[in-house]
Amino acid sequence: MFMKQEILAFRSPLGRVRGRGSAREGAHHWWMVKLSSLALVPLTIWFILSVLQLVGADQASVQAWLKNPFHAVGMLLFLCFGLQHSSDGIQVVIEDYFRAGGWLKIACLILNKVVHLFLVILVIFAVLLIALKG
Amino acid sequence: MAENPTAKTKNRPRPVSPHLQIYRLPLTALTSISHRASGLILGAGMIIQVAWLWAAATNAEYFAWWQGYFSSSFGRVCVFFWVFAMFYHMAAGIRHLVWDAGFGFEKASYRVTNWVVILGAAALALITFFAIYPKL
Repeated sequence: MFMKQEILAFRSPLGRVRGRGSAREGAHHWWMVKLSSLALVPLTIWFILSVLQLVGADQASVQAWLKNPFHAVGMLLFLCFGLQHSSDGIQVVIEDYFRAGGWLKIACLILNKVVHLFLVILVIFAVLLIALKG
Repeated sequence: MAENPTAKTKNRPRPVSPHLQIYRLPLTALTSISHRASGLILGAGMIIQVAWLWAAATNAEYFAWWQGYFSSSFGRVCVFFWVFAMFYHMAAGIRHLVWDAGFGFEKASYRVTNWVVILGAAALALITFFAIYPKL
């Protein structure tokens, strides 16, 4: 129904060039959110089926598990897409509960991005540290 | 009068009639707010996830603390609720994607998918927790 070419071009050619339709990059942002959500479906299933076994495991087993490159890449993909999705979701919540705008809303939106960026870097570093350290 | 005649009324908040305490929300509304609530729970879980991974990468003593936590019964209950939140959020999220594609807005349709989401998520959580990982 809606998922045709139109959805990727909810703007006139001139609007796309100038980026000045009232939503600017709104349709693109929406599409990216939906794509990352879709990517999370198989990644989450994989995560639940494999990582959940590690819940009570000791450090050596966890490290050994993550040294497998497929596991490390899967973990990185799940966590990066997951944190991106989390950032998108919390952004929506903030935009819903601060309808009037103002500096507090902007501060929360910025804080949301900053915290998630920090977590992403932490997580990538941690996984790579385990996977690559001899 | 010297003072602003509208000062008293201008800054008083507008009256709001009670709604959440009065009206019973339809199931679709409850599934919707649960989708948001489960998302927030998963977000908190992500932070724990990062802390756990960081401990696995660096500090053996800190990691042993996490291991102890997840082996305790309180920790296992938390894991179960987190697993349920994950399956619920995924089920409701898939339904959102289906709606985005344009399907399933008819009353008959969403009445069914409400229960598919709730019961499906509960079933998957129980199966995962007790059949696939009984030692969890």
